[in-house]
Amino acid sequence: MPDRIPEDSVGIISPQTMHFDAPLALVCGRTLPQYDLIYETYGEANADKSNAILICHALSSDHHAAGYHSMEDRKPGWWDACIGPGKVIDTNHFYVVSLNNLGGCKGSSGPTSINPATGKTYGPDFPIVTVKDWVKSQALLADRLGIDSWQAVIGGSLGGMQVLQWSIDYPDRIRNAAVIASAPKLTAQNIGFNEVSRQAIMTDPEFHEGRYSEHGVVPRRGLMLARMLGHITYLSDDAMREKFGRELREGRINYGFDVEFQVESYLRYQGQSFVDRFDANTYLLMTKALDYFDPAADYDHDLSKALSHARANFLVISFSSDWRFAPERSREIVRALRNNNHNVSYADIEAPHGHDAFLLPIQHYLDVFGAWMSQRVKEVSA
Amino acid sequence: MSELRPDLQIISEWITPGSRVMDLGCGDGTLLKHLNDTLKVKGYGLEIDIDNIVQCIQSGVNVIQADLDEGLSDFEGAPFDFVVMTQALQAVKHPDRLLNEMLRVGHEGIVTFPNFGHISSRLQLAFGGHMPVTKILPSEWYNTPNIHLCTLTDFEHLCRNNGIHIIERTVVDRSHKAGLGMRLLPNLLGEIAIYRFKRK
Repeated sequence: MPDRIPEDSVGIISPQTMHFDAPLALVCGRTLPQYDLIYETYGEANADKSNAILICHALSSDHHAAGYHSMEDRKPGWWDACIGPGKVIDTNHFYVVSLNNLGGCKGSSGPTSINPATGKTYGPDFPIVTVKDWVKSQALLADRLGIDSWQAVIGGSLGGMQVLQWSIDYPDRIRNAAVIASAPKLTAQNIGFNEVSRQAIMTDPEFHEGRYSEHGVVPRRGLMLARMLGHITYLSDDAMREKFGRELREGRINYGFDVEFQVESYLRYQGQSFVDRFDANTYLLMTKALDYFDPAADYDHDLSKALSHARANFLVISFSSDWRFAPERSREIVRALRNNNHNVSYADIEAPHGHDAFLLPIQHYLDVFGAWMSQRVKEVSA
Repeated sequence: MSELRPDLQIISEWITPGSRVMDLGCGDGTLLKHLNDTLKVKGYGLEIDIDNIVQCIQSGVNVIQADLDEGLSDFEGAPFDFVVMTQALQAVKHPDRLLNEMLRVGHEGIVTFPNFGHISSRLQLAFGGHMPVTKILPSEWYNTPNIHLCTLTDFEHLCRNNGIHIIERTVVDRSHKAGLGMRLLPNLLGEIAIYRFKRK
């Protein structure tokens, strides 16, 4: 719980929900007859809402990107390091919108919502959603909020993929694009990790083909394993060594299978707390969206061609120790943009924290991102 | 805005308006900013130092973090009209390879470097018997970033051997002014060399 709200926080935030009645045709061929999107906003919109910024979330995040929901909140939103008055995404200048994507479990329509056709929760019947679908639904939300074109669309990891898709699908509605710790498509290794996560969930005896809620249970062990695996891959070897080393919890080896090393204890804690706040079916959907993302596939597998109509100014950032979304993947994006003569700047931030670095207040990262955002401030105040 | 450094001024006179320019080791982006503002060039800077990158972004210059010692293999297709490199040739590991790389990714190259054949260097080495330390080359031999110093003669020799045609050459002093002496005896009196070249 915060004793008091820090001065550079957006403060206490109440999410809002937008209901959509018009059916949404999805890439998978199915249609959502109606749906909700839950979102938060920070800062004030100017008269023509030209200062609006969209924040796209990553795999296990949601609409709560900054500030607190109540004084009882233990932690602020997931990107509080970057969003707030005087911060890199300065809410003194920008009107920031952050939403929970379709298929999520935090208030937007997803597997835990009621399927209007049956009156029961969707569970595994919620359709597969893709990055392209998300971007489309985000554009519909923008319509409803009266935002013609985003001053910037910003995201890390899976969020960065949404930013790329925005620049391809709606080149006239995105003036600036920040793609952080992301990739133009997953590697086979990455898809492999996702598949192991999904298998952990789907082979849990309490998974019940995804209908676990009808059985009044949750595939806790599977979801926990998926999170533990994910967590290992989001950190670097160095970061884990620095955090835990081979430190023993009781100071001695017990020659058993209980928790002995601190890292085991940490991973179990992370896994367990994830089970309490995340839905297994949503995890399956989100990892599939990651796997399917490949905007170049529609353009002869040529990323340059895919990005040829983009018009945004781009910022691409990677982190040196991120092996799941390695710097080389960001350089592929940069190459494709440069081949098109697009405005792009790229920095590879020296950081030991692995993929998770994009959520941390690393000075050089904040400097680069902040310099780029200061250009955006000039644009909105011009 | 403060006045542009004269060597950068000379370079910008060689650049065609509206062209595509890459600046290797672009520093804080001064040259590219000037070229963007005055000649509407489409430019990218390559830079390794993160503080310089921040400066470039701050002034709206496209900058891509890269280590010149790793070559320009990331740059294929869509050749640049000009590839510029100011005061970096002498600090890279393989200046010969980089020169060739410049003309692989660009139609024309422009470089500037400190002339090691300048009289002050020659005098220090000949009579002082030590590696020259000058205003332009202020480091000691053991801590200098400049690991491949050359003279005008050396550079022109390298170009000849690599089938590179020198289009223009200008030499200036350390306040980047050109004088009659420098025109007559460039390798002796020129402190900074500025070359424009292309593949034969």
